[in-house]
Amino acid sequence: MDFLRPADWEEALAAKAAHPSAVPIAGGTDVMVEINFDHRRPEYLLDLNRVGELHEWQTDGPDVRLGAAVPYTRILDHLRPELPGLALAAHTVGSPQIRNRGSVGGNLGAASPAGDSHPALLAAGADVEVQSVRGTRLIPVEEFYTGVKRNALAPDELIRAVRIRRATGPQQFSKVGTRNAMVIAVCAFGIALHPENRTVRTGIGSAAPTPVRARVAEEFLAAALEEGGLWESGAAVPPSVAAHFAELAAGACNPIDDVRGSAAYRRRAVAVMARRTLGWVWDAYRHDQGRGARCA
Amino acid sequence: MRDTTPAVPAQARRTTGGIGESTLRPDGIPKVTGEFAYASDLWHEDMLWGFTLRSPHAHARIRSVDVSGALATPGVHAVMTHDDLPAATRYGLEIQDTPVLADGVVRHHGEPVALVAADHPETARRAAARIVVDYEQLPVVTDEKTATAPGAPVLHPGRTDDHAPHVAHPNIVHRQPVVRGDVAAAKARADVVVTGEYEMGMQDQAFLGPESGLAVPAEDGGVDLFIATQWLHADLRQIAPVLGLPEDKVRMTLSGVGGAFGGREDLSMQAHACLLALRTGRPVKIVYNRFESFFGHVHRHPAKLAYEHGATRDGRLLYMTCRIVLDGGAYASSSPAVVGNAASLSAGPYEIPSVDIEALALYTNNPPCGAMRGFGAVQACFAYEAQMDRLAAALEMDPVEFRRRNAMSQGSVMPTGQVVDAPAPVAELLRRVKAMPLPPERQWESAGGAPDVRALPGGLSNTTHGEGVVRGIGYAVGIKNVGFSEGFDDYSTARVRLEAAGSEVVATVHTAMAEVGQGGVTVHTQIARTELGVARVVLHPADTRVGSAGSTSASRQTYVTGGAVRRACEKAREEVFERGRARFGTYHPAWATAELLLEGGKVVTDGGEVLADLADVLGDEAVEAEVEWRHRPTEPFDPHTGQGFGHVQYSFAAHRAVVEVDTELGLVKVVELACAQDVGKALNPLSVAGQIQGGTTQGLGLAVMEEIVVDPVTAKVRNPSFTDYLIPTILDTPAIPVDILELADTHAPYGLRGVGEAPTLSSTPAVVAAVRQATGLALTRVPVRPEHLTGT
Amino acid sequence: MRVNFTVNGRPQEADDVWEGESLLYVLRERLGLPGSKNACEQGECGSCTVRLDGVPVCACLVAAGQAEGREVVTVEGLAGRSGAAEGELSVVQRAFVDAGAVQCGFCTPGLLVAADDLLERVPQPSDADIREALSGNLCRCTGYEKILDAVRLAAARTGEAG
Repeated sequence: MDFLRPADWEEALAAKAAHPSAVPIAGGTDVMVEINFDHRRPEYLLDLNRVGELHEWQTDGPDVRLGAAVPYTRILDHLRPELPGLALAAHTVGSPQIRNRGSVGGNLGAASPAGDSHPALLAAGADVEVQSVRGTRLIPVEEFYTGVKRNALAPDELIRAVRIRRATGPQQFSKVGTRNAMVIAVCAFGIALHPENRTVRTGIGSAAPTPVRARVAEEFLAAALEEGGLWESGAAVPPSVAAHFAELAAGACNPIDDVRGSAAYRRRAVAVMARRTLGWVWDAYRHDQGRGARCA
Repeated sequence: MRDTTPAVPAQARRTTGGIGESTLRPDGIPKVTGEFAYASDLWHEDMLWGFTLRSPHAHARIRSVDVSGALATPGVHAVMTHDDLPAATRYGLEIQDTPVLADGVVRHHGEPVALVAADHPETARRAAARIVVDYEQLPVVTDEKTATAPGAPVLHPGRTDDHAPHVAHPNIVHRQPVVRGDVAAAKARADVVVTGEYEMGMQDQAFLGPESGLAVPAEDGGVDLFIATQWLHADLRQIAPVLGLPEDKVRMTLSGVGGAFGGREDLSMQAHACLLALRTGRPVKIVYNRFESFFGHVHRHPAKLAYEHGATRDGRLLYMTCRIVLDGGAYASSSPAVVGNAASLSAGPYEIPSVDIEALALYTNNPPCGAMRGFGAVQACFAYEAQMDRLAAALEMDPVEFRRRNAMSQGSVMPTGQVVDAPAPVAELLRRVKAMPLPPERQWESAGGAPDVRALPGGLSNTTHGEGVVRGIGYAVGIKNVGFSEGFDDYSTARVRLEAAGSEVVATVHTAMAEVGQGGVTVHTQIARTELGVARVVLHPADTRVGSAGSTSASRQTYVTGGAVRRACEKAREEVFERGRARFGTYHPAWATAELLLEGGKVVTDGGEVLADLADVLGDEAVEAEVEWRHRPTEPFDPHTGQGFGHVQYSFAAHRAVVEVDTELGLVKVVELACAQDVGKALNPLSVAGQIQGGTTQGLGLAVMEEIVVDPVTAKVRNPSFTDYLIPTILDTPAIPVDILELADTHAPYGLRGVGEAPTLSSTPAVVAAVRQATGLALTRVPVRPEHLTGT
Repeated sequence: MRVNFTVNGRPQEADDVWEGESLLYVLRERLGLPGSKNACEQGECGSCTVRLDGVPVCACLVAAGQAEGREVVTVEGLAGRSGAAEGELSVVQRAFVDAGAVQCGFCTPGLLVAADDLLERVPQPSDADIREALSGNLCRCTGYEKILDAVRLAAARTGEAG
């Protein structure tokens, strides 16, 4: 095993080009587990800790450009207003120690369907900014996940940043685990309201081979909100609409039975989370609407 | 909250830092500075690392093993298989059925097959990966049906152990019936009959300090082993024959032990490290990682339990029948004792005139099971407490009132015929736990703000803001035996030395007791202070240079080794008085006439008159006393009727659980888990509360999350990691108010009662009862999973 | 490979480090600092918690090479900090001993580092704050009650002193 320590991003890209089998390591919260338990013996470890720009973020555009190695704790502490869904997801990651090291870039690199940030990214809308010595690609996050623990990265590419749509409406994230802290998702659900174009986006984790959006549910809900004039009126979402949305969200799942939970439970839990988180975001939207109206 | 203690002997009246005080741990400071040396912290110059190659199959014949690739790996110093063993090839706590290294057959997933010693752990791992083992997979037996089916593979043919003649099938390790009264007649009189089938999954001790030790070869051909264990001498008795050495050439010293809970009662890497050290002539350290630890020790027996109770309309229990099937896995370990406990304690702390009980343990290809906190009694308690709630419901009675009506008390007769001859305050414990104030409702709500998800089911995962959340309250009480039972010669050895160092007198206490975290070291210093009236007590490291202290298990150490320390101190004190009389007796008549005490480093009369400085009595000559101390003898259970004075002492605890259940997602938040326990005499109230809270939390884990999942088809372990074997975090663990009752057991030193296990029993059924109340579901299996609560 | 970093204020050098080794292994096996514990080696127990450039992390998940040039504080470096004199127990350490928060003690070093960090950030934490901050540190012996007591005690003592 060789340990590559690039001093900056250019060197990192060069190293990855020279050694496409190199395994990037930032927080180490996935890679080191695999090494400690002898599940993986990469030829090269590519340490990204010294690449400063990976730990930075910019919030000046319509997107938040989140450096690939920004630890979850920083997202929680600094990016809650811009990325409320991701901040909620970040709060559920592992333990405080893990949140101090783990990052969205790591979640994307590992591409585990159980990664906590995926549903939040899918719901908010995001592009993965990947680079190699050949250049830069922006991959819509939906297209980034290609299979269980597989992603769209070419062998010479590294994740530079994630460009996440800045929140324009309420967002929520919910995750089921069988412990009240430090637990891997049995399944997870993210939802974001996008009032500017009157859409709703969702993300589901751990209930299919890859993280997925519940597109049929999103379209149904957007239509129902539109039809009912709910965006303007700020009236409550009818229970029947919420229930059908939940059912369609569960329908987007393609889960398996495993040691963490049964497929049937996952479907059910996704439905419950979809219904509840919809209630929370819609309440927040109505609350904001009401306040806006009063202010006007 | 504590009740006061009955009569205190004169010697115990005036000591500082003696029994009854919450003195602090002598090892506390090194443990908080990081200096305390746990077994995995040990280091030796020229040390090699040992590594164990384990079976990937649950049952297979080994056709061949080729170690040449491993031996050729640079940095490798030895590779050993079964063929390289120098002497005995099997060991076992009670039945010597466990191969040191697989002998042509592997009987469970993770069984040790070969050993490697190398200069770095990675070298050893890579070399082990080069060992080629040719396995021929064999059919597995995984439960009673497959284990006793016609033509089932017999896992241990040609058994010669004591239990073999009494079992109907060689895949049954041991079977214990207990019959008393007339069940048929009682059944005819019963107004209400309640039956139930229950199941408990396989719990792991999950001690945090992994199995580890350092073996150092000695010039005399022997070996020094520094080890984390629960019982040095039991290890020694098993290791020496494997090494082909006399016991005096295997010198064992206890290292820091990072928890045990039963999981270190069997050998893990002890013999392996010694074998490699003797083979290479170099010190060898073995440290399991968490993955390996799940294969490196026995677990709690999973169980299937079928119960039937009959009662009168006014709520009196008439009879009980039960059948308890415990899965012992591939090797016997302590299965026979677990069967004995399950059978003899299966009725719970209740008076039931007629019983027909059967408990048995199986040999299967599942992971071996053995000792874990409360063994045998934990499984039974989950089932009989569920039955009590069902009976109360059938009779439309309050579940606590129903239990109190049938609660045993001093003088009650156990199903084994044994008369309970010490306080058994079962009804009082229930009364106390019920009387505690209830925690406020909806604690997640803050004034006007967002809900605090940390106080809700799901916790940080943000699954509910109160939706679907229902509160439930449940009660349970249990009974556990203390000490080794069924005629076992259960003794401890203690050596005490008193010597003057200038004007100060130092007492040194030497035992082989394994301090695994329970606080035995604290209690020993307290006993010595109480009995010898000295301030300074030094504990000699636990090792095999002194006689056995028995196991740190069965809630027995304070009782038995504590009893031995007390007796040794008394002996030393008597010798001090003898010496004082000889030296100073002529100067003061009180030496001959008064009751003498040791107090504050002086010999004093009962009236408080100082006769001499202890240092002057001792002079240059130390006083030393050594005793082997036994509790009163027990007797084996009759193999057919289960009758007999089998247990030396019983302990009792009751719990009230308050839970909040997200009924839609099936997630549970335990809000409070109150415990009342009779401890006879709290030698160290702080430690007693710590034991109760720790045991309670392990019971909580079993109730809602902890299970080693074994694939029913392959018998392979599916979750050997802390990612998927979950134990409670601080956010899963509620406030645990403790009410300590002290009703002396006059048979025991200071009236004390073993503390460690009882709280682990009733915690689990109390939590499940509360979840049942919240959900209305039957919930017959633990751990309760979200699937059970949501019907998915 | 060779790794240089600072541990508890002292420069340290480790030689012949295998590239797959963790910071935890280097601390324990090469630098003679076994205070940080090896309970799970997968970031699921917190027993190996150390401060890396001030931030609590699981040392088992930091590749040794990633510590190059950085500052590490382990449990061995707590005594003498937080106002205590050289070699004296820190407030948190003292509180763990006094409150009975230590049984087997294997989780203790990690808990101390995590609790020390909490009290530095939040000098008077609520019970919920304590539970959240320590939710990455498993303890199998105590049921956590005495650990909560210890952190409350340390906060109270710090408050009195401050």
